[in-house]
Amino acid sequence: MPLAIRRLLQALPTLWVLVTLTFFMMRAAPGGPFDRERALLPQVEAALQAQYRLDRPLWQQYVGYLGDLLRGDLGPSLHYEGYRVTELIAQALPVSLALGGGALLLALVLGLGTGTFAARHRDGLLDRVLMGLASIGLSLPNYVVAPLLILLFAITLGWLPAGGWQAGRYADMLLPMVALALPQAAYLARLTRSSLVETLRAPYIRAARAKGLPERAILLRHALKPALLPVLSYLGPAAAGLLTGSVVVEQVFNLPGLGRYFVQAALNRDYTLVLGVVLLYGALIVLCNFLVDLLYGRLDPRARPA
Amino acid sequence: MKLRIFSLPRRRTARVAAIGLIAVLLLVVAGPWLSPYAADHIDFEGQWSAPPTLQSQHWFGTDGLGRDLYVRTLEGGRLSLLVGLVSTVVSLLIGLAWGAIAGYVGGRVDSLMMRVVDVLYALPFLFFVILLMVLFGRELWLVFVAIGAVNWLDMARIVRGQTLSLRRQPYVDAALTAGLDTPAILRRHIVPNLLGVVVVCAVLTLPQVILIESFLSFLGLGVQEPATSWGALVNEGAREMESTPGALLFPAVFLVFTLLCLNVLGEHLRSALLPDSEPRR
Repeated sequence: MPLAIRRLLQALPTLWVLVTLTFFMMRAAPGGPFDRERALLPQVEAALQAQYRLDRPLWQQYVGYLGDLLRGDLGPSLHYEGYRVTELIAQALPVSLALGGGALLLALVLGLGTGTFAARHRDGLLDRVLMGLASIGLSLPNYVVAPLLILLFAITLGWLPAGGWQAGRYADMLLPMVALALPQAAYLARLTRSSLVETLRAPYIRAARAKGLPERAILLRHALKPALLPVLSYLGPAAAGLLTGSVVVEQVFNLPGLGRYFVQAALNRDYTLVLGVVLLYGALIVLCNFLVDLLYGRLDPRARPA
Repeated sequence: MKLRIFSLPRRRTARVAAIGLIAVLLLVVAGPWLSPYAADHIDFEGQWSAPPTLQSQHWFGTDGLGRDLYVRTLEGGRLSLLVGLVSTVVSLLIGLAWGAIAGYVGGRVDSLMMRVVDVLYALPFLFFVILLMVLFGRELWLVFVAIGAVNWLDMARIVRGQTLSLRRQPYVDAALTAGLDTPAILRRHIVPNLLGVVVVCAVLTLPQVILIESFLSFLGLGVQEPATSWGALVNEGAREMESTPGALLFPAVFLVFTLLCLNVLGEHLRSALLPDSEPRR
């Protein structure tokens, strides 16, 4: 598929801008990776600087970093001694992916289900209640949902753990996933409903009705698929929302994921780790948008380039 | 177009949202004066984590340090709304200038400027804001600039679209014939006609900006003690919610209610004034 390759190549400038901006922004900031409570001996600091190539002119460091990057090397972490950035990311990524993937799935099921149901009963009482709830959900940021969930389910009811992460303990993931998914689910529900209601006004739906098809079949078999196109194109932004949401959710629930690394790494001036995480986030978002584009062309022949 | 603005309050939800918003504004601006306590007053007699009562005049109770939650919630609201307003204005100005110039000048300039917007659009922007805040200290003006600088992209796109149709208007031709130069036409004919769009954009941007500010403050990167904002209060409240649920609940309710009102109002304004614009996000 040459089109797919072309689309991927178009993403390269975006990632380059991302790396470049992050690189120079971090270097323009005061402080450095070897600042300690007690200043290091000048010789020690100089040796460290030399070890990590930080003593060279900035442009050489930048070119060197890009060169390493092209070879798939994200460099050594400046804070966690002896670790490569790729190792650190490989450790934290599964947690974040499990969390984000689960949340995305939950948001889709909840959002599409609610939206379809509301469209089926449009303008009825249930529709209004559900969409009212969705409006509230949309105004309910992750960092408010997360503590409220802990307060209710962990502290008051004591049903679920309030935080922490052990591999294979699924109860640990439930609350963070819900906290991460809820705002996205609310948005998806509204999007699905409005798109379905719009589609249901199309002439071919009237034809199906005139043919005597039951409302259920019209909704699920004829209206849902075309109505899902706007939902599909929202998945790119949704992925970005989940990534940023994961920063707070991981913080609140004390999960060892990427989001927590990111803030901590920036505080530590761990240049290479910050760059690695930012690059990964950028690549994930680019990838999501790319997949959405591909799927879109699949589902809607009109969106294919002639 | 004007008629539709005036018919807007007839929609019940929008009217309720507008009233709710005005109520929050009044409370946030005037509310702290009603209480006998100051935001940084530590009440040793009222103790710590006191429940809300009328006779102690701690209407929302006190937090873990013995500070009055009612005053702190409202003072936090002042800052949240202030940051929201200023940042919205910043993003409005950048977006308006960028979009109007791209749309009016057109051609290669336009495609270059919009290409920049596209590239920036694909970046995980909130991470830049986090980085900015972490790296360059946590000063209030930086919050304004960082959020404003991030949020102008939508504005630029919408404004450009509107400008494209405006510049085909006969009066622009007339102005050209009369010998006005580009900056003058932009200033006198294009920008004033964009104001309706800009108002809608502003109302839609405001809740997003408030969200970002509280997100940053929640992470401890935005507003710093002794000043406070709803995000910072939610963060504090989350830490002491076991002993003082009110410390979490009151600021959270205020924040969510304000966002809800703004979202509802923005949606209605948008469907009334910009029926063909895409839902944002």
